[in-house]
Amino acid sequence: MSEQYRLHVNGVDHDVADAWLGENLLYVLRERLGLYGAKGACEQGECGSCTVLVDGELVCACLVLAASAIAQPIVTVEGLGESGARPTDVQQAFVDAGAVQCGFCTPGLVMAAHDLLARNADPTPTEINEELAGNICRCTGYGRIVEAVQRVAVSRRSERRP
Amino acid sequence: MTLVDIGRRAQGGRIGDSPTRPDGRAKVDGTFRFASDLPMDGAAWGATLRSPHPYARLVAINIAPALAIPGVHVVLTAADVPGRPTYGLITADQPVFADGFVRFVGEAIAAVAADHPETCRRALAAIDVTYEILDPLIDAEAAIAGDTPPIHPDGNVLRAQHIRYGDPTATGAVVVEGTYQIGMQDQAFLGLEAALAVPDADGAGVELHVATQWLHEDRKQVSACLGLEEARVRLVLGGVGGAFGAREDISLQVHTCLLALALGRPVRMHYSRAESFLGHVHRHPASIWMRHHATPDGAIVKIEARFVLDGGAYASTSSAVLLNAITHTQGPYRCPNAVVEGYVARTNHLPCGAMRGFGVVQACFAHESQMDRLAAACGVDPLAIRVRNAIATGDPMITGQILESVAPVVRCIREAEALALPPPADPDEPLARPGGAGLTADPQHVYRGVGWGVSMKNLMYSEGFDDYSTARCRLVAVDGGARVTLKFATSEVGQGFVTIAAQIARTILGVDDVELDRIDTGIGSAGSTSASRQTWMSGGAVDAACRAVREDVVNAVGGRLGIDPLRLVVDGADLVDSMGDYREPVAVALGDITFDRTVEYHHRPTEELDEDGQGNCHTAFAFAAHRAVVDVDTELGLVKVVQVATAQDVGRALNPLSVIGQIEGGIAQGLGLAVMEEIVQIDGKIRNASFTDYLLPTTVDMPPVVAALVEEPDPQAPLGAKGVGEPPCISVTPAIAAAIRDALRQADGNSTRADRITRVPVRPSDITAT
Repeated sequence: MSEQYRLHVNGVDHDVADAWLGENLLYVLRERLGLYGAKGACEQGECGSCTVLVDGELVCACLVLAASAIAQPIVTVEGLGESGARPTDVQQAFVDAGAVQCGFCTPGLVMAAHDLLARNADPTPTEINEELAGNICRCTGYGRIVEAVQRVAVSRRSERRP
Repeated sequence: MTLVDIGRRAQGGRIGDSPTRPDGRAKVDGTFRFASDLPMDGAAWGATLRSPHPYARLVAINIAPALAIPGVHVVLTAADVPGRPTYGLITADQPVFADGFVRFVGEAIAAVAADHPETCRRALAAIDVTYEILDPLIDAEAAIAGDTPPIHPDGNVLRAQHIRYGDPTATGAVVVEGTYQIGMQDQAFLGLEAALAVPDADGAGVELHVATQWLHEDRKQVSACLGLEEARVRLVLGGVGGAFGAREDISLQVHTCLLALALGRPVRMHYSRAESFLGHVHRHPASIWMRHHATPDGAIVKIEARFVLDGGAYASTSSAVLLNAITHTQGPYRCPNAVVEGYVARTNHLPCGAMRGFGVVQACFAHESQMDRLAAACGVDPLAIRVRNAIATGDPMITGQILESVAPVVRCIREAEALALPPPADPDEPLARPGGAGLTADPQHVYRGVGWGVSMKNLMYSEGFDDYSTARCRLVAVDGGARVTLKFATSEVGQGFVTIAAQIARTILGVDDVELDRIDTGIGSAGSTSASRQTWMSGGAVDAACRAVREDVVNAVGGRLGIDPLRLVVDGADLVDSMGDYREPVAVALGDITFDRTVEYHHRPTEELDEDGQGNCHTAFAFAAHRAVVDVDTELGLVKVVQVATAQDVGRALNPLSVIGQIEGGIAQGLGLAVMEEIVQIDGKIRNASFTDYLLPTTVDMPPVVAALVEEPDPQAPLGAKGVGEPPCISVTPAIAAAIRDALRQADGNSTRADRITRVPVRPSDITAT
């Protein structure tokens, strides 16, 4: 059972042709659209490595049927920043704070951190921990990741001040 | 939160700075290519058929129904392996595909290649295998006792090794003993096993892009199984999403290459998470009995111990893990007499091998639990007993080997002790209680415990292995500047060797522009990224290659200018005559000469143990102390680790930010083993092969870490730096267990329940059992 459908990813329309309709969004993003930024590490929504935005909602792409995500804006890690020319403040903070080791969890955590800071400009440590608990990192022990998020919150606050 | 001053120099960092990772930008914007992110035109997908039974005879395999499915290209079984039918890191005892028997749930039986992962799944389901199911051997003690038939031609004991040191009849006035259990832990790296194999056009060779810890060892084993000369098998490091020991053994390497060669097309293979639990080795579960004899004031007189490790179905590195376990029986303490028995058994459980800590994790949980018992028996506090017995440089170990490494054990303890304790629990923050968002804990049942663990860990390979690494350094003038190009086969698995390699080159050569060549088998071996060895070994190789180039530079420049080369030194970015006026940038001094040197760095030789367990088997050691503060709901058995404080012997921190990353990450894994992580097997079948059922620490489980780096450069280390990867994850586990015991003693006013905490991970039912 295959069909043609269209996904709107990072501001661009992509036609998905001759694809089996059982494919999840993660597989389609990666293997049909060549967007390998979202990673697969558990295939059951536990690790957050495949985190993307669908219609503004943070989702695990492994749990979303790709064909169900038509007509909704999808944002992946490749779609952050100024069309890839410059890293976002969150991305830069992850690099600077030492939040990146192997990097496999990083795209998902970057997506989750952006979403958190968009909804809560001044998160407490407990709020950061609770919000990022859906993203597993096996390398860092999270200390530098929380530090990166806090750095962004601080720098955005200072930019807001006149 | 750390107390470490992380020196900051984003660009051009030297040794001691914390420059950012060269691959950091690509890893945050999604362009970094992991081994799973390598599409190729015309590539087929590969998949593996695995045994559902822990032990069975293979009666028949019918692949015809799978081949009949449209889109299925090829199905391979044991009959299709052209070279050596088995592989293994130390002993080649594991079949590429099961031939005659399956010996664990997950043993590979066949591999398919098809046009889509879903077609692969259907093909695997269509292969018809007839099994004669046999009774699995799942009791390591029964395997050692020898009263069960061998489940493998090599027998049911993977290794037995004993240690007899000093006077075996010595006794102490104070005697404490216990039996300790450690569960099977999974490395659970995030980046699942993945590879791309591309056959050569002539079909007589293959290029394999793979996430691995050791390219050259993989090549050796893969080429043997393929029946090809090593030169016809080229390996390239695919981006590695963590390793922690689980990528030291062969998993999908041979299968991917076999499929690609059979098909004459590129083949990609990716494991699922469930398959990953079956497809790589794990940390050995262990049962360890220890009896400590001491004087009334707590000086250790003798240690007796018996180690039983379950190695699972195949050998992997079990024999080396056992060596590490038994030779660390004493921990970081003096011990004049010892009698140790060690066994690692073959069973029909999942195969075990390398995981961060490599045998020492198991030994440390036992010896640290014993040190607390000894302290209680002698009526002194846990730190006093450890300081009283702390080993020091020059002391003999129970192998008879003299400890030559810098050994700041007491300093680690004192510096960790000096770190501030966390504030008391905030009554207005229920999320911080044990149980977290479940809001289940009753504050009246919550007790705060404090526990200690101290560890000693060998660095690099042991027992006579010729351990070395290779690096090439090229230095050329380009566009008015100088550029260094480094090449090595060192697996970058996330630890940050790529960062410090460039720091070393900049420091030695005074050149900012350092480029890293592709990591592949186009140069000699770097050895494995394991055993906390790459900073010492590949760092030593890069250092030596850069020094060789620097020597060539000063000889060339000295000859040209008539200056004794011994007077020429690199100062910052300049070449300088230390006794004259000459000073010019290295880039200018080079002229148009290309300097190019390749150097192997070997560590000093080690020996095998004799039958009494005596011999200079280890290379060097590193030490760490951990203090854990834990809140325990002693009614519900819920645990919240509140803080971990640590002081670690690092020799010299080449990159303090990377060291902190290793410390925090290692502590998270040790915390996982203490209270969360265990592979559960019942009747030989794994019951929790998923991230839903195998629990890993998340942000809400991980406490703040306060860390002090103990920097006493080791004169034996090429850069003074010790490996920092494994020590963080070793003594944190017993420290957390000790803190739980402390909380239980406070709750109960006695030690009855506390003394029963002898197993990790500590489960809620272990705490509440009365």
